Amino acid sequence: MKWLFRFFMKRSNWSLPYLIFLIIFVVVPLVLILLYAFQDADGNFTLSNFAKFISSPEAANTFVYSIGVAIVTTVLCILLGYPAAYILSNSELCRSKVMVVLFILPMWINILVRTLATVALFDFLRLPLGEGALIFGMVYNFLPFMIYPIYNVMQKMDHSYIEAAQDLGASPLTVFKKVVVPLSMPGVISGVMMVFMPTISTFAIAELLTMNNIKLFGTTIQENINNGMWNYGAALSLIMLVIIFATNLFSDDEEDCASNEGGII
Amino acid sequence: MKDSNFIIELSHISKSFGEKQVLDDVSLYVKKGEFVTILGPSGCGKTTLLRILAGFGTADEGQVKIAGEDITKVPPHERPVNTVFQRYALFPHLNVYDNIAFGLKLKKVKEDEIEARVRKALKMVGMTDYEWRDVNSLSGGQQQRVAIARAIINRPQVLLLDEPLAALDLKMRKDMQMELKDMHKTLGITFVYVTHDQEEALTLSDTIVVMSEGRVQQIGTPTDIYNEPANSFVADFIGESNILNGVMVRDRLVHFMNRDFDCVDGGFGENVSVDVVIRPEDVYIMAKSGSGMFEGVVQSCIFKGVHYEMIVLTPDGYEIMIQDYNAFEVGQEVSLIVKPSDIHVMQKERTTNTFEGTMVDATHINILGTQLVCNEQPNVAGGEKIEVEVDFDKIELMDNKEDGMLVGDVRFILYKGDHYHLTVRTEDGDNIYVDTHDVWDDRDIVGVKIQPDDMRIKLV
Repeated sequence: MKWLFRFFMKRSNWSLPYLIFLIIFVVVPLVLILLYAFQDADGNFTLSNFAKFISSPEAANTFVYSIGVAIVTTVLCILLGYPAAYILSNSELCRSKVMVVLFILPMWINILVRTLATVALFDFLRLPLGEGALIFGMVYNFLPFMIYPIYNVMQKMDHSYIEAAQDLGASPLTVFKKVVVPLSMPGVISGVMMVFMPTISTFAIAELLTMNNIKLFGTTIQENINNGMWNYGAALSLIMLVIIFATNLFSDDEEDCASNEGGII
Repeated sequence: MKDSNFIIELSHISKSFGEKQVLDDVSLYVKKGEFVTILGPSGCGKTTLLRILAGFGTADEGQVKIAGEDITKVPPHERPVNTVFQRYALFPHLNVYDNIAFGLKLKKVKEDEIEARVRKALKMVGMTDYEWRDVNSLSGGQQQRVAIARAIINRPQVLLLDEPLAALDLKMRKDMQMELKDMHKTLGITFVYVTHDQEEALTLSDTIVVMSEGRVQQIGTPTDIYNEPANSFVADFIGESNILNGVMVRDRLVHFMNRDFDCVDGGFGENVSVDVVIRPEDVYIMAKSGSGMFEGVVQSCIFKGVHYEMIVLTPDGYEIMIQDYNAFEVGQEVSLIVKPSDIHVMQKERTTNTFEGTMVDATHINILGTQLVCNEQPNVAGGEKIEVEVDFDKIELMDNKEDGMLVGDVRFILYKGDHYHLTVRTEDGDNIYVDTHDVWDDRDIVGVKIQPDDMRIKLV
């Protein structure tokens, strides 16, 4: 009994359950993906899975198309989300906290429910499902993830910077361009990470909003794994992971900055 | 043009935040090239006044003029003033050079001129070769220098400084004070400086504006403010002082501490209650001998670096603070002398509490936002307007706010040698002035009680 007591008293041991959880559900799957990607169906080492990806135009095209959709979604989210965050964080323009909650509210509803509702809405309005619907659904689903980090940074921004700029002769528009925008960049970077990466791997939205007519990379992976092609699916997953990891590295400096300035990650 | 003497004209500025009035009919006129300091405790409205001058806040009433031009409604970016902020407010995304050049770039000044002027400004604040440094890597003092450079490079007509040295340590603050004074001389522009540090105000300014509770208490040169304070608030706030109740017997003769003193003030009338101020360094202290004006026993003696600070208790029970280069032991009997010219007599702002209210019925009155019992009044119908007088020492304060008829908090404490004179602010914002021998702290919540016998009720 005594050793058990001592074991629980040691504070570093408290993290053990989480560590075990992470190993089972994060590390092991990642290692498995890595192993499967370099194996053929019989378990021998091979690079054929990657060769297949490069040589098959269908998969490569889906991949490029997915990235395109992700970029378009992200850009639209910035264009819509930035002004929204600015208005929400400005106490003169938006006096009520209810507005903030209304913008964040969609984040609390399951993504499938929201997407099915979007399909129903498009049906009701007799709008065609397809590429337009896909982009609409993506932006609608991910917009709160863009607004929130930008809003967060803007709200914490020291008002004296704005006053200092005005004092030095900057008109309201110049204050916005020269002070508000640069100082809110950490929030934008956080927002991009929150929107761009998940959109690459989404498949449910694409399936539902295009009646399975448009395939995204996520869909390809899901189909392959569903059809028992574990090794090829793992290789595709690995390629996607590398891309996500690369974007992560690319914004690493800014990310440090973001955590200092109160970004979301 | 009669106005041309003044660069800044603030007339009858009033401002409230919700219920709270922060500025109450403040007027201030500043001459070109002057170094003006607005001095007051926190919450006195000094920063609000500066913000109205800079354009970050608008006055509810009143007019702001700079160089004869009405700028009451002009937005901050079009005003010919620049501000040095308390917490610097340097743009974290720009380096030192770009921070300083910010204003000039907006004015589309040519690049080579900007460069020359930035270098000159940096040299002026003693920061040559810091152009390309990240502002976050600078110390507090260096950041403040950059902030000053960023403001003066625009050659404003007026430089506003909002407690610019408050965040620096003492040594640094002293150095910067001297540099600011030099800068003011070299630049020749008008400085408006806000601070709560009276020593800083005395050191730097040509003119000091003492503020309290949203009102200007006194405007004058540092020597005037120190030697001739207008009221007990100013006397207490600027430097150390002994403030005592006295009676002006006639011109040049004042009675306090149970004896008459010759003085140099006059014009108050005969037998008028006054406040007497004696600075601690103006009391001469010596071992007991027949030649003193009055005697006392040393109660405490503290070494303050340059001088000793002693509290001497007179036989009549008055405590006098004395600063002297010589130490006298605790318990020693001493003789004291005050020169007539060192006794400063001030008009009392009030000699009794006066509250306005109404009669409710013959035995109840309504004052200070509450209903109180009073002695029976003849011929009362109810609703008559009245004035109630209560002496300072007739007001009882209680620890337990439930025990009192009213609740208030202690706002201002003045030691009068043998008692404390307190200002108690009620929840409705009325002031009650209280003389007491008990010790209270600033912001103590107290219950207030007034006995019916102590109310003098007058119909008005």
